[in-house]
Amino acid sequence: MSPAEELYEVTLVVNGVPRSATVPARRLLSDFLRHDLELTGTHVGCEHGVCGACTVLVDGRPIRSCLQFAVTVDGAEVTTVEGCTRPDGELGPVQQAFRDCHGLQCGFCTPGFVTTVTAYLEENPAPTTEQAREAIAGNLCRCTGYQNIVASVLRAAELRQTPAEEASR
Amino acid sequence: MKPAGFTYHRPATVDDAVAVLAEVGPAGKVLAGGQSLVPLLNMRLAAPEHLVDVNRLSDLAYVRADGDGVTVGALARHADVERDEAAYAVLPLLRDTLRHVAHPTIRNRGTTVGSIAHADPAGELTAVLALLAGTVTLRSAAGERTVTAADFFTGPMSTCAGAAELVTSVTFPVPEGRTGTVWTEVARRHGDYAVCGTGVVVTLDDDLRVAGARAAYVSVGPEPVVLDLTEAVAGEMHDAADWPAAGRLAAGRLDPDDDIHATAAYRTRLAEVLTTRALREAAGRAAGATTAARREASGGDQ
Repeated sequence: MSPAEELYEVTLVVNGVPRSATVPARRLLSDFLRHDLELTGTHVGCEHGVCGACTVLVDGRPIRSCLQFAVTVDGAEVTTVEGCTRPDGELGPVQQAFRDCHGLQCGFCTPGFVTTVTAYLEENPAPTTEQAREAIAGNLCRCTGYQNIVASVLRAAELRQTPAEEASR
Repeated sequence: MKPAGFTYHRPATVDDAVAVLAEVGPAGKVLAGGQSLVPLLNMRLAAPEHLVDVNRLSDLAYVRADGDGVTVGALARHADVERDEAAYAVLPLLRDTLRHVAHPTIRNRGTTVGSIAHADPAGELTAVLALLAGTVTLRSAAGERTVTAADFFTGPMSTCAGAAELVTSVTFPVPEGRTGTVWTEVARRHGDYAVCGTGVVVTLDDDLRVAGARAAYVSVGPEPVVLDLTEAVAGEMHDAADWPAAGRLAAGRLDPDDDIHATAAYRTRLAEVLTTRALREAAGRAAGATTAARREASGGDQ
């Protein structure tokens, strides 16, 4: 590679806020979020698309941010785990459900689960246990054994249907 | 684990894309969804000098379905094809198969054309394209050509596409006659690569007797394997045919390898069972004339 790597200005709307940085083309979206925008909620596990920890929403759809160059998605709307809160900044329904159901232990994989489940419940607001299990099949967790994560998905579905006062009980 | 540096190109039109490909030649690689390529780059198993990002070619982000088949442009994501109702109406096999391709998160970004151009012998869509005797359209600065799936796949991860060519679309034809289709596979976890998978097409005549039975397989050979199993069940009634005989015929013709996931003997046995099961189910669907009815319904809309 030539010593002077060409740089690109990349602008994304991250959690509703326009953010830009100037980066080489090989900057992965995961590193763009963490290093350039200092949004370290998105975690980087395997860096080859297997673990799901780096999952973010791009234009509403969950994708692996470690398998995407930031420059490719220039101009897109991105939602990270930091954006999965309620408008008042309190825990969003999926985050609250993971807390209620003890759906995390070390928490490393959790950002990927929260974003994946947030998008999934938009598509299927009332999943069965079996569907909940399938919805998280692309995310790895080494702590919980998944039982409490499945329970969290079902709880999140309930919380989304109930008004905010119960969610913050 | 970061990709090596590369010169980045993001053409805005197909003409620009093929011009860049012609210029950079074998030093270039096309980037679409990146779900197979970027892992290779991250692990530095591949380090192309030039990356030609086709994600701006929104003209290629289409799924077109009519009574003859489904044509998928190079920028249609797996999820777009999976969710396309018109495509499902004429060719339910596409959605049925796509549900087994990796995880939804991967399907949101990965492209159907990209996975065919990647030609992974474990890729479900490569097998479906071969099963249906589909076609692949390639563009270069010199013009356009369309080749059959049989000519396109030349080996594991290799195709007849030249360095200066961009695969712009693939066409999955609707099988002729009264047909039923099924995809089934066994994987260690949902969404993982299959240990063995098969897609089948069963064709019935007007008396609901078996006129054709074909199957394609993933993970049992270096490239998509397509078998014609008609001889085992020809002329038999759809609900009384000796499907296990067709399964045995398939098992006898496949020659899978051992690997870390399964022995060759286990894979062969899986192929036999899955073939039997899939053919029986497909015959039931053909007898229900679901596909024919859907095709008529869709034809009426055209």
